[in-house]
Parts: sequence; C-alpha cells; structure tokens
Amino acid sequence: MSKSIKIRKGLDINLIGEADKVVIDAPRAKTYALKPVDFHGVIPKMVLKVGDKVKAGGVVFKSKYNMDINFVSPVSGTLKDVVRGAKRKILSVVIEADNVDEYETINVPSIDGMDAESAKQFLMTTGLWPLIKMRPLDVIAKATDTPSAIYISGFDSKPLAADYDYTLHGKDKEFQTGIDILKKLTTGAVHLTLKNGMADNALKGVKGCTINSISGPHPAGNVGVQIHHIKPLNKGEVVWVVNAQDVAMIGQTALTGKYDATRLFALTGEKAKNRKYYRALIGAEVGTITSGNIEKEGARIISGNVLTGYTTTEEDHIGFYHSQLTVLKDGNEHKFFLTNGWLGLGFGRFSVSRAYPGWLTPKKKWSVDTNLNGEERAFVVTEQYEKVFPFDIFPVQLVKAAITSDIDKLEQLGIYEVAPEDFALCEVICTSKIDSQKYIREALDLIEKECF
Amino acid sequence: MKFLRNIFDNAHAKLNKSEKTKKFFPLVDAFDTLMFTPNHTTKSGAHFRDAIDLKRTMMLVIMAMIPALLFGIFNAGHWHYVALGEVASDDYSGMIGDKILYGLLKVVPLLIVSYGVGLGIEFIFAIRNGHAVQEGFLVSGMLIPLIMPVDVPLWMVAVGTAFAVLIGKEVFGGTGMNILNVALTARAFMFFSFPTSLSGDKTWVGGIAKMKTDGTLVDSISGATDLGKLAAAKGNFLDAATKTGQEATDLIASSDSLMSSVGSFKDAFFGFEIGSIGETSALMILIGAALLLKTGIASWKVMVSFFLGGLTIAAILNKVGGNPYFDFDPIHQLMLGGFMFGMVFMATDPVTAAQTSTGKFIYGFLAGSLGILIRMANPAYPEGVMLGILIANVCAPTIDHMVIRANVQKRLKRLKTA
Repeated sequence: MSKSIKIRKGLDINLIGEADKVVIDAPRAKTYALKPVDFHGVIPKMVLKVGDKVKAGGVVFKSKYNMDINFVSPVSGTLKDVVRGAKRKILSVVIEADNVDEYETINVPSIDGMDAESAKQFLMTTGLWPLIKMRPLDVIAKATDTPSAIYISGFDSKPLAADYDYTLHGKDKEFQTGIDILKKLTTGAVHLTLKNGMADNALKGVKGCTINSISGPHPAGNVGVQIHHIKPLNKGEVVWVVNAQDVAMIGQTALTGKYDATRLFALTGEKAKNRKYYRALIGAEVGTITSGNIEKEGARIISGNVLTGYTTTEEDHIGFYHSQLTVLKDGNEHKFFLTNGWLGLGFGRFSVSRAYPGWLTPKKKWSVDTNLNGEERAFVVTEQYEKVFPFDIFPVQLVKAAITSDIDKLEQLGIYEVAPEDFALCEVICTSKIDSQKYIREALDLIEKECF
Repeated sequence: MKFLRNIFDNAHAKLNKSEKTKKFFPLVDAFDTLMFTPNHTTKSGAHFRDAIDLKRTMMLVIMAMIPALLFGIFNAGHWHYVALGEVASDDYSGMIGDKILYGLLKVVPLLIVSYGVGLGIEFIFAIRNGHAVQEGFLVSGMLIPLIMPVDVPLWMVAVGTAFAVLIGKEVFGGTGMNILNVALTARAFMFFSFPTSLSGDKTWVGGIAKMKTDGTLVDSISGATDLGKLAAAKGNFLDAATKTGQEATDLIASSDSLMSSVGSFKDAFFGFEIGSIGETSALMILIGAALLLKTGIASWKVMVSFFLGGLTIAAILNKVGGNPYFDFDPIHQLMLGGFMFGMVFMATDPVTAAQTSTGKFIYGFLAGSLGILIRMANPAYPEGVMLGILIANVCAPTIDHMVIRANVQKRLKRLKTA
C-alpha cells in the first residue's frame, strides 16, 4: 500500500553554495582510503598487509565480529598505510592507486533465481553489504536478520545536498536491478519514498516496489521520518534502509560484474568556488576535488553535508557514505556583542528564532559559519525541538534519557524509531547548544549493547 | 573592540599562570562572554548553529519588563506625593520630575541589591563548582524588584534573594534545574517571614509609615491596595451576618465605603493604583507580553490558558455571588494585583512551567485558576497569584509526566497489537 505523507514540522535551511548541475571528472587521486570510522560499530580485521597488491573490489578488511562482511578497495593499487590512533584503533586504511584500475571478477548469480541467502552472499562478497543499514540502531545491517521491510528515500532534503534526480538520471536499469536484488532480502515490501511523489524517471519508473509520497520541509528526506509515518518501528522489529544512489550502485555491480566505485560528489558551500558535481571514486583524497576549487583560508572542509558530515582536510579522504563535500566559513572568532554578537540587531545572521530578524526574509539564502554562537547551557527554552521534529516522540525528553543513559525511558520514549540524523535540526536550532546527535548515537550504542 | 579583546585575553593569560588564580576563570569568563560571543566552533554534529543563545533570550525578557519598570518608577513617585497631599491623585503630570526622581531613589537600590546579592551568589557557586555563570539570574534579578512593595527594607530583599538563589535554585543544580520560580520563591519567603513589610497598609506607598505617625498623610489614602480593600470589604460583609443591630450596620457601612474606594477599571488597566512596583499597569505588562509573544520567547499557550483559568474562576464566583467581592466585575479584578504580571512574566518561565504542549495548557489554566481562587476565597491574604503559580510549578512535572505517559502508552499499545 503506497502512502501519501504530509509533514508540517521541520525546516528547510537555505544556505549559499548549491552545486551547479555540471559534471566534471576529478583527477585521479594518488591515494584512496577506507575509514572504519565510517562504519559505526565495525571493528576491522585486516586481510591485507602493508605492501600487498589489491584490485578494485578486492577485500581490504573484514568485520571482526562478522567475518562474512567484506570491505573492499575502490581502486586497484598497493596498500600503503594503516593509520592507527589511540589504543591502536585503525583510523584509516590507505591504498596507493595504480594508474589504471583492474577489477576483481565477480560471479553474478542470475537475479531471477536468487533467493535471500544468495542475494546476501552476493552483497557480502562484493563489498556492497555496508551500503545496507538497519533501523533501529543506524548501523550496518546484520545478515542474520530478516527485515520486515526495506526503505529507500528518493531524495535528500538536507541543506545543499546532492540532487538524486540529477545524479541518478539515466540509471533506470541500474536502479531497477538494485531494487530487484533488495526485494529478495525482505519478506515485506521495498518502500521508495519520493518528494511530493515526483522524481526522475529512474526513480519514478521503477517496478516492484511500493512508491510513497512525502511532502514538507526537511527532514522529510530522512528515511527515519518516512518509516515513522509509513509504519513506525516497534521494539524487536528490524527494517533495512539503503540510500537511493547506493541502490543504483548495487544494480550496476550486478549488471557489469565489477565493483565500480564511481560516484558523483557535489562540491558545495559558501567557501567553494567551483561548485559542480565531480566524478570520482569512493574514498578519494579530498584534495583531488577541492584543490583549486575552494577558498582555503578560514574555511572548514566537511565530508558530507553540514548537518551530519565530519570535518576533514584536503589530505584526508572522502567518507564512504558521503556524496558531497561542503566548505563553510570557519567561525573561530570572537564576535563583539553589539555588532555581530549576541545583542546585535542580527540582520544577516541565520536564526529560526524570532528574536532575530531572519523571519522577515524567509527566502533569503544564508551565509553561516562554524561558530557555536553561544555556549553550552542547561535546557531552558522549551518546545523548540518539537517544531523541527516530525515524529510522534518527545525529543527533549528522549535526549535527556540519552544523556542519563536511562534504558527504560529510552525504550518507552521511542529510541527504536530514531537515528542521530533525525536530531540534526534540533541541534542546529538549540538555544542551549546541546549536541543531541552525539547523545542519541551513544544511546543507540547502549541499546545495542544491552538490548540486542 | 581590539583593545577590549586584548584586555580579556591578557586577563585569561594571567589567570592561567597559577593554579590558585585559575579557579577565578568563571569570573573573567562571564564578563568576556558578555562582551564577546566566544570563538567556540562546533566540534560534533551539525557544523553550524542558530544565532540564538541563552543570553539573547534572557535579554529579550529583560527588555520586555522595561515598560513595567519605567512605569513602576513613575508610579512610586506619584503615590508618594499624592499621599503627602502635594498633588491630586489624578494629576499625573504634576511634579513629574520629583516623582521620577523619588521613584528612581526607591527602585534603583532595589535593583542593585537584587542583582548584587543574586549574581554574587551565582559567581561564588560558579567559582566553587568550576562552571560558567549561566544567565538565568539576569531575569530573576529584574523580576524580584518588580514584585516588591515600594517601601520594603533593602536588607529583606537581600535575605529573600539569597534564600531564593541558594535554596530555590543552586541546591537543585542552578539555571534550568530549579522546580520553583526563583523570583516567586524570594517573594514567598519574604511574604511569610516579614508579613508586615510585604502586605498590609504601611508598605505600598513610599514613606507612608512615617507619614502615618507624623500625621502628614492625606485622608483619602489608606495605604491598602485595591485587593486589600476588596478582601476587607468581603470580611466585613461576612462578619456582619454574624452580628446584629448597630454592629452589623457599621460593618455593612464600612464594607460599602471600602468598595467605593476601589479604583476604576481604567485606573487598574493603566496602572494608577498602588501595588508592587512592576505589577500595577496591565498596559505596560501587555506591551512586554507583545514583545515576548512576537519573538516567541514566552509561550502563548501558558498566557492564554492562565488568563482563561483566572477568568473562569472569577466568573464562577461572580455567578455564585453573595458578597461584595464576588459581585465585583471579574475582568476588572483580573487587572488588579499580580495577575497580569504573573501571567506574562512568572507563569511563562520555561524552566518551571510544564514543558509539553498539552501540559502547558493544563499548567497555565491550573496556575491562573488557583491564583484567583486563593485570592478570592481565602480569608487570610488579599493576593493569591504568587501561591497559584508556585503550586502549579510543583505540579508541572506531574502534568508533563501524564502527557508523556499517554505517548508511551500509545507506543506500548502499538507493540501489543503488532
């Protein structure tokens, strides 16, 4: 049954720095990397040693607690370095790329004859499995589960996000094949949710899945919001979620028989000059896209979007799940209270609160920096999170339960239905500057440890 | 700016030199962050943040109180000279300079004592616990003088403020953690500890106690507030029923004369009556309310339900009738005393109010109705809004608990049927 959802709560944040719809081939990077930090909760067990040769699609490491899950190299090359941090935790596995890619050959079983087991096997050996995440918990799916449904969001509503209609245009066949494979994994339906029911034909024309429609501001594109309004999760239930672009990647691998890590990356943000889509491989060095295309002075480079991405550098590599680089003004400056600080008139400062005049210009594109614009405080202002949180859940109370690690309360208040990204807007607008995404992530980790 | 910045940077550097001075960091930090929004950048989660912070939020509440404060200063002077017989009670512009000067001399010391004592304690706690000074008291420090009678002794304000900040707030963990509204805690403490200085007829007009002994007080001024008169009228009227003969007739007559000395609706709305410094003018309070509602800082849900709560009880008792107070016009009554001030500035305190949307309606209604019920029905105190709000503060967590439990039950039910 397809559903039509309308949400009212939320917030579309218009920032300066959208990417033009032009694709440029980024130069081939010298190094590529897989970063275990991208795969939350995975402890890597290295398969390769430094100096070993690897082909594109060749296994680099496995998940220590689930040795069936492979993490594969996006390029062919030589394992150059395993960067470790405190307690020898692996931070990054760096591969020096050859000039030309050789691909690991993949035996693709016939899709018609696939069952759940062989579909899982296919995805795990090819290294595509990490693209499938589970809800609750928001971690890589567990192969032992049978999800009651699979959810795909057909658009990204986060600020400056890459436009799926553009990046997936013409990939009708790949997307369809991806859906066909995913369908084998669940006993229930595969849900694809489109913005206002509209999308590029690659998405809209797909067969074999339930197409839902959602309208409203961000976080309408968050798959968690869509699940909550289609069929909210109960304790004990598991569903899987896949990003729409990754569905196409699964399909493409099945069609071509090779692990092709090519992805379009949107270079966005106020401090980016050449804001375009760049074609590069997953895990590429950030500098290959940003070099010469951004104003480096006083900027912060973010792998991913402004809400959920992480800070990176030109020497570092793009995150596994990211299809966007954002460059923001750095806010590392004292702001005098009467001019651009807390008591100024505040024209030109982004704020949802009517205590600033921003509400007078709802269409304005905002210039923002990374300043916290205040200090962390106790919760004082109420009914703030509720305005941007389109769940039938009490967000502040849930965050408080997360801060106090109260498992009973977390369960009662609906921790199984949320992911950290759903709290990103709450974090942005919070008067008390509380990092709620972090607390929700910690709470989910606690729940995984105690209740799974 | 650069010059100021350097001063703070140097101060921080000097403090950091030795372990002994390091603990005074919050002191310098408080002034630093007052002058400059700090250079802290986002470390985790979303990379940019809304420009709103607690300082601006609190400052807007203070701005909203300024009309009431200014009017309070004028009004304090006005009634002082009216009581001396130097101007007529409806001669508002006469001796305006003297009135303002007198008001300033009365109100500014109250502000200084309230902020001095409260912030002093906040600083001590910040240094002791090594955390930043939070902004909560900026509002409480302004609220306390506004809910004091003009002639309250300063040392009482100091004691009351200290009690409220220590027992009302810091023991619970400071700003954001308190159960009771801090300013009302101060007032309740003082009201019950020093009743003659916080109520009666010798405290609402500046210098009235001395005028009474000197005999310089004009006859038309009794020194009681309109609410005091209404309560006394009710008392006399009810007493009369138990008496007979001349005694009963006298009581009725005194009740009638008290009722006729109550000011007009217009006086009550514009605030030309005696009362606590900031509470008298409904108009000035509503100007503040407009700012708070327009900026979305105070909850309209609390204000509306508070007003409806008060109005409902006043209207019901008005229907019941049976004594001059109950027969008094309900809307006029709501303009008297601390009802409007409590509705706009006290009940809406987000920390001590209910936090859920549904809860706010229940909480506001409870606070407003209890306030008026206590005011009209109890025989001991002429005003009940303070107690109404404090009782609602105590109930707020329970109200929220009930609202949230409904949500939890919904989730459990879904699980059972799934």
